[in-house]
Amino acid sequence: MALLEIRNVTRRFADFTAVDDVSLSVKAGEFFTLLGPSGCGKTTLLRMIAGFDLPDAGAIILDGVDLKDTPPERRPIHTVFQSYALFPHMTVAQNIAFPLRMAGKPETEVTAGVKAAIEQVKLTGKDDSYPHELSGGQKQRVALARGLVNRPRLLLLDEPLGALDAKLREQLQIELIRLQQDVGVTFVFVTHAQAEALALSHRIAVMNQGKIEQLDEPDRLYGFPKSRFVADFIGNVNMIDAVVARTGTALGLTLPALGTITAPGREGIAQGAKGVFIIRPEQVAIRAASEPSSDPNQFEGKVNNFLYVGDVTTYIVDLPGGQRIEALLPNSAPGRAKFFEIGDPVRVSWKAEAGAFLDR
Amino acid sequence: MQAESATRSQSGRLTRLLVSGPPFVFLVVFFLVPALIMVLASVRFPGEFGALAPLFGGAPGEDSGLTLENYRFFFGDPIYAQIFLKSFGVAGLTTLICLVMAYPVALLIARSPKKHRDLMVLLCVLPFASNFLVRVYAWMIILGPFDLLFSRFAVIVGMVYVHLPFMILPLYTNLEKHDPTLLDAAQDLGANAWNRFWRVTFPLSLPGIFSGSALVFIPVLGMFAIPEILGGKDDWLVGNLIKESFLGTRDWPFGSMLSLMLTIAVLAIAGAAAWLARRGVARA
Repeated sequence: MALLEIRNVTRRFADFTAVDDVSLSVKAGEFFTLLGPSGCGKTTLLRMIAGFDLPDAGAIILDGVDLKDTPPERRPIHTVFQSYALFPHMTVAQNIAFPLRMAGKPETEVTAGVKAAIEQVKLTGKDDSYPHELSGGQKQRVALARGLVNRPRLLLLDEPLGALDAKLREQLQIELIRLQQDVGVTFVFVTHAQAEALALSHRIAVMNQGKIEQLDEPDRLYGFPKSRFVADFIGNVNMIDAVVARTGTALGLTLPALGTITAPGREGIAQGAKGVFIIRPEQVAIRAASEPSSDPNQFEGKVNNFLYVGDVTTYIVDLPGGQRIEALLPNSAPGRAKFFEIGDPVRVSWKAEAGAFLDR
Repeated sequence: MQAESATRSQSGRLTRLLVSGPPFVFLVVFFLVPALIMVLASVRFPGEFGALAPLFGGAPGEDSGLTLENYRFFFGDPIYAQIFLKSFGVAGLTTLICLVMAYPVALLIARSPKKHRDLMVLLCVLPFASNFLVRVYAWMIILGPFDLLFSRFAVIVGMVYVHLPFMILPLYTNLEKHDPTLLDAAQDLGANAWNRFWRVTFPLSLPGIFSGSALVFIPVLGMFAIPEILGGKDDWLVGNLIKESFLGTRDWPFGSMLSLMLTIAVLAIAGAAAWLARRGVARA
């Protein structure tokens, strides 16, 4: 049985539907992420799970019990807020003890729980510090310890790494994964940062305009997006208008500027269907125009520009008919820093199994 | 380079001097000097028709010079200690009642929609628009028919009525700044309404409680109009004694001594409160 079940939940504000008939279920022990741009409804959904807001329709069910009559303070669900929301007048130890005291735990249990939680988030020695004496990363850890100390059934995390700088963020991501494995508490994580979602989650629900666009494992989402929105929101993608010319195990697609290409086959697609062909830049091979390629899909063009970011370089290539395509090349060859200059004639190509046709 | 930074620090010092100078001079001239004059006046003899007797060369049979007579008199008669204690009792009770009445009001304003708050604050201070004495006399009309006038009760009612806004405003200013997410967090972590108030809102509002209490407690100690109008002869407070010394018996040195003792007592209480606050009671 699923730990948390969201059943046809809808929430409207005046004439705006923030969450539109959303259904999903979260398994026990899972690291589940709600991913989407701001205003997609992910935070509204999170507030409803925590109990700060109630659905206009549908049900939120935890361990088989409908939560509609359970106020936030009685739900076995704790939240790590984006702003941490540490109590400024309490020390680190008092902050972490708060949920245990509220649950009426005996003082010996409170002391032991606080001690263990402080060790778990590596804040030993900071027991008597006040929040204003801590760095952003330390505050984050206190918030995590406070959320986990009373072993909730579910820990909700609302963009908890949003306020930290990139380096610290990465470090805390790793700690977050470790912590979740250690305590075995189910996490529901909300973020708009797609890389973070991919790195942390077991499963991700991509939300857009109040609906779930796609719910899948990270590699499935990235590798097999089901809509233009998901393809575009997660990672970089080349998106080219296309019309289906031939159906079957391999699709024939007509790209207006480039002619016909071969793409992986798909069920339920009719000849003449309009949509887009998507392909990730790292699936597009790039070589000098003089070198041949055995790929079925290949075009000659000129380097328009490139983005060098150290480990990889993204080349932007102008193809015939005004079409532009991005190709990613790892800078892994020793003794060489750069492969092509602006204006160089190049050949871009990809395999018949690469890319996908999307009609929505 | 060095010369330039030296010039800059010099001009910085000049700016600081220009900014802090006038208030400093003002405080010295209008606060410190009068306070010292009062200290000096408290150890002199009263003049024949008010004011002070000359320090040197008084007429024969007239007192002149310095004396500790006022202090001996003050500490010699328990009536003064009683009046001081009674005054502190009235001030303390007034402060407590103001606090209990003002807290819900301040909380209500602080949690109202932003667009309504200014109007509500305005309503709280609106009574100041009419004359203080008129407002106190109004209480005579209200309390008269119930036979409650000229009593300790009437004094407290008047004190609370007049000083309530001074408690509401600092409390509101404090409560309005609280981060509402903290209450969400407390609730999320299992705190019911009472615990959210008692463990989050209340401790965070201690600075507001302290400033509001000071703004009520200290003026009440010096207040003489309300006991005079609403109280009986038995309800005289320190303020009445001081006023009577200057305007009634015209014993300026005795009045100076009384107000000096009052200042010392208030400073002692404020010091104790600040010390308690620093000991971590009000860590916000």
